[in-house]
Amino acid sequence: MTIAGLDFGVIQRALPFLLEGLALSFFLTAVAMLGGIVLGLALAVVRLSGWKVAAILAAGYVNGFRAIPLVLVIFWFYFLVPLALGHSVGALQSVIIAFILFEAAYYSEIFRAGLKSIRPGQWQAAYASGLVYFQALRFVILPQALRNMMPLMITQAVVLFQDTSLVYVISLRDFMTSVSIVANRDNRQIETYLFAALVYFVVCAIGVASAKRLSAPGRAA
Amino acid sequence: MIKASTPAFRSPVEIVQITPAARAAATDSGHSNPMVAISGLYKSYGGFEVLKGCNLVVDRGEVVVICGPSGSGKSTLIKCMNGLQPFDRGSLAVDGVAVGDRVSDMTRLRARIGMVFQHFELYPHLTVLQNICLAQVHVLKRSKGDAQAKARALLARVGLPDKERAYPAQLSGGQQQRVAIARALAMDPVAMLFDEPTSALDPEMIGEVLAVMLELARDGMTMIVVTHEMGFARKAADRVVFMDRGAIVETAPTKQFFDAPRAERAQLFLSRILSH
Repeated sequence: MTIAGLDFGVIQRALPFLLEGLALSFFLTAVAMLGGIVLGLALAVVRLSGWKVAAILAAGYVNGFRAIPLVLVIFWFYFLVPLALGHSVGALQSVIIAFILFEAAYYSEIFRAGLKSIRPGQWQAAYASGLVYFQALRFVILPQALRNMMPLMITQAVVLFQDTSLVYVISLRDFMTSVSIVANRDNRQIETYLFAALVYFVVCAIGVASAKRLSAPGRAA
Repeated sequence: MIKASTPAFRSPVEIVQITPAARAAATDSGHSNPMVAISGLYKSYGGFEVLKGCNLVVDRGEVVVICGPSGSGKSTLIKCMNGLQPFDRGSLAVDGVAVGDRVSDMTRLRARIGMVFQHFELYPHLTVLQNICLAQVHVLKRSKGDAQAKARALLARVGLPDKERAYPAQLSGGQQQRVAIARALAMDPVAMLFDEPTSALDPEMIGEVLAVMLELARDGMTMIVVTHEMGFARKAADRVVFMDRGAIVETAPTKQFFDAPRAERAQLFLSRILSH
């Protein structure tokens, strides 16, 4: 498979290797999203609650994590967690923890904006009918907030997918790292990086297109 | 803005007690077992006093219209009645439960008091039927089948039997408000609170909502209605309460209120809104 002097056969030959890396990128994205959404929702609810001390702590957490780069968080957890625990943790475990804690800060902000986008009258109507706080949140507020938040959540997931390439710093082999290895090993940088760009583009384009679809007006309320 | 207008979650311990002041207010005016007993109610936002010592007793089965210029505290007063607005001082008891008291179970009280809002506040992500069933299922623990049967009966009663699958956004304002009334009635309330139920409606839709409310009044429902619809007050109200600048200026039987209002401010208000 040679086009204009470029040999794309290199990709075909390295495909199983590249797919392994891609699988790690998807896995990390999924786990970090799931964990980040659960923890982020909890943080947002605490911040919006009337419980002052907890709200301040949650705000500190969110602002703290948003003030430092992800690559630093990954380093920290890889080198500091073993120190704290007294025994080593695997690179994958440490990176999963780092990603979840980091993403939670961002998802928390998305949730906070989403929850605040629901007008107070909806809370009042829910309370007036005898629902308690968590029932009002679950049945009335969150379903509406989630719909408003969907585009931002997907955008965040796209960014997250791209950020998984940072795990190379602790020698984990995600998609981008796999591409680099193949590129240098076979000395086929142009072909492999073109392929990498294409894969990122397709994955992210699907994400952006679905975000657009979900935020399009005229969907049944 | 989750907690701003929300009293802290209270433990579901039911210790029902009428405060002495509320009981005194009730007995003073010759009511033995009132639906609502308010005495010396104060509330301020920041430095601004919204309620300045309101006293009001509403009997079971009574229809009371609260009117007055905007900013007079009508909406605040009615929202205090089911604890949606906390107050600073005074006492307020509804159906024998002291509102704002730490030991009262506000959640259970709220389930027994229907509330209709100016902006309907239907849940936009749920169908009409789901709107009416939500609290029935999760608060009253009715089965889905029972809740739906109740919802369908009430939709027929408010004249919308064919709208159960519609989403709120597909309905007119008048239709939405009638669904909101059905949603409140589905909880079998002992009293209904209406906070300017027709103020957000186009003129041609006001009639259909008032018709439902009139029917409800004729059926003997205890109703407290904040409204500017003086036609409704004349037809349905037993008494009219006139508020101005956070105080209840006049409370009078409907006929007396319209024919010979005593308070000067009530006279002025009536002459202004009835002249056009």
